[in-house]
Amino acid sequence: MPFVPHTVSDVEAMLAEIGVGDIDELFDEIPAHLATGSLTQVPEGKSELAILQMMKARAEADSGYACFLGGGSYDHYIPAAVWDLTARGEFMTAYTPYQAEASQGTLQLIYEYQSMMTALTGMDVSNASVYDGASGLGEAMLMALRANKKNKSGEVVVAGTVHPHYTEAAHNIVKHQGITLSELALADTGVVELAALPSEVRPTAVVIQQPNFLGCLEQVDAITDWAHSLNALVIAVVNPMTLAVLKPPGDWGRQGADIVCGDGQVFGVPMASGGPSFGFMCCREKYVRQMPGRIIGKTVDLEGRDGYTLTLQAREQHIRRGKATSNICTNQGLLVTAGTIYLALMGPQGLREVATQSHHAAVTLRQRLTAIPGVSQAYMAPVVNEFALRLDRPASEVCEAMRDRGILAGLALGDFLDIGQGDNLLLVAVTERRTTRELDAYVSALNEVMVGSQ
Amino acid sequence: MSETPSELKYLATHEWARLEEDGMITVGITDHAQEALGDVVYVELPEEGQNLSSGDEAGVVESVKAATDIYSPVSGTVIAINFALDDEPEKVNQDPFGGGWFFKLEPIDVGELEDILDADEYQEVCDEEEY
Repeated sequence: MPFVPHTVSDVEAMLAEIGVGDIDELFDEIPAHLATGSLTQVPEGKSELAILQMMKARAEADSGYACFLGGGSYDHYIPAAVWDLTARGEFMTAYTPYQAEASQGTLQLIYEYQSMMTALTGMDVSNASVYDGASGLGEAMLMALRANKKNKSGEVVVAGTVHPHYTEAAHNIVKHQGITLSELALADTGVVELAALPSEVRPTAVVIQQPNFLGCLEQVDAITDWAHSLNALVIAVVNPMTLAVLKPPGDWGRQGADIVCGDGQVFGVPMASGGPSFGFMCCREKYVRQMPGRIIGKTVDLEGRDGYTLTLQAREQHIRRGKATSNICTNQGLLVTAGTIYLALMGPQGLREVATQSHHAAVTLRQRLTAIPGVSQAYMAPVVNEFALRLDRPASEVCEAMRDRGILAGLALGDFLDIGQGDNLLLVAVTERRTTRELDAYVSALNEVMVGSQ
Repeated sequence: MSETPSELKYLATHEWARLEEDGMITVGITDHAQEALGDVVYVELPEEGQNLSSGDEAGVVESVKAATDIYSPVSGTVIAINFALDDEPEKVNQDPFGGGWFFKLEPIDVGELEDILDADEYQEVCDEEEY
């Protein structure tokens, strides 16, 4: 896309037209002490060639490793068709579909996305997506406070096994909006302890992550029923890929979860050093008017043909202003396009294969790794495709040694959690992309690092 | 031309209040309001047992083109809500002063009704809005 800058004479002509001497004068009303001065952190511009060379060098620094990183972003295979289609001009340059008659393609795509997400989560409705999983959790908390008519305490109980970055980001979003977070302490078992569930709390909502940040499967049925017995709404944070093999949140406990959110990166979005991705939000139909963001509905036109349109807009900021369900209405359109194409291409069977293969590879690798001296299984709870190992030395040191051997071994949990001997915990994620050769290489490299070469 | 029954009391925000024979107060939105809103598609009502002060937000009425807050004309406890609006919000358009009522209050002080608009005063508010 061409970039057309204003020339010096353009700028002069515009300033002369409105009778202003120079650009700075336009900002006169801002008090001088509030101005930042020069942007010292921003370097001078570079040439196109220099930028390309720099980006290439950085990309190369990331390549050539076998990736076992997870913690919310996973290295699943992305079929070539996904981004080939997503990058078509019709999708790539489409603006937000306000004008239904000119946007049927985009609208139908989002409608299909919503349908697939509700099927996966066992919910009734989905919005058109939000920024990412963490901001989705913040929005879910705000939504729960609006939706829970029986409990307006604003207290949200978050399991200590929820991704700490999610909790932190959500806290930033909700802390000035009448919500306080309290955490269920992280237990040695790596999951929420049912016996330790407090009886004295009266939360508006309870947040459970499945599988949790440590890779473990929580006893979601019992926790959901406990939360509902306190009149709290249940917010489920899930890795949607695992829903191909796990019970959907809509079936948790006797009544099911109320709001489901998470990150859609696993569906056709590259890890890309952590972003961008897209967040999804689904809920029960009775809460749909409290759901933030865009929702696309299916209808018929005057001639009875199927058509798609933005619906329930009266909840949104351009109509409800300060009382809108959110001031984020933007969805991650392009990434959702990729996610939708990925889901359509894989189908239920394909998703199940990805999840199953990743699971088998993970448990097999765990078994082989825990045979190495100084390496043990950190938690006994079942896992899907991510597990924690306890090492006899700091995990960060081991990661560094593994990196020298061409393997990104996982996340050193001490960087994320403040738990006893957390520095020795290593979180390992396995996807269907990892080849037998890579798995073998991981085992022999870790053996070498832990025991020393023979 | 919309209807403004003389026996009712009104808020400038287009709610009506009717003192019933049993001392309870029924609340809804006016004919003028439903006409201005257009087709009502959803009504969010207060909870039974909820305590409201006069002027408190008591719900939201949503039409195809707008969503507007509903305010309580007097202080009191909500003793009944019109569940029929869940399935038939169009009653607000068809019969705003009858089947389209929103909720009933047990008032703390019926005298508060004297502080709000009568039909003529409310009609003036509507007339001003027309211009």
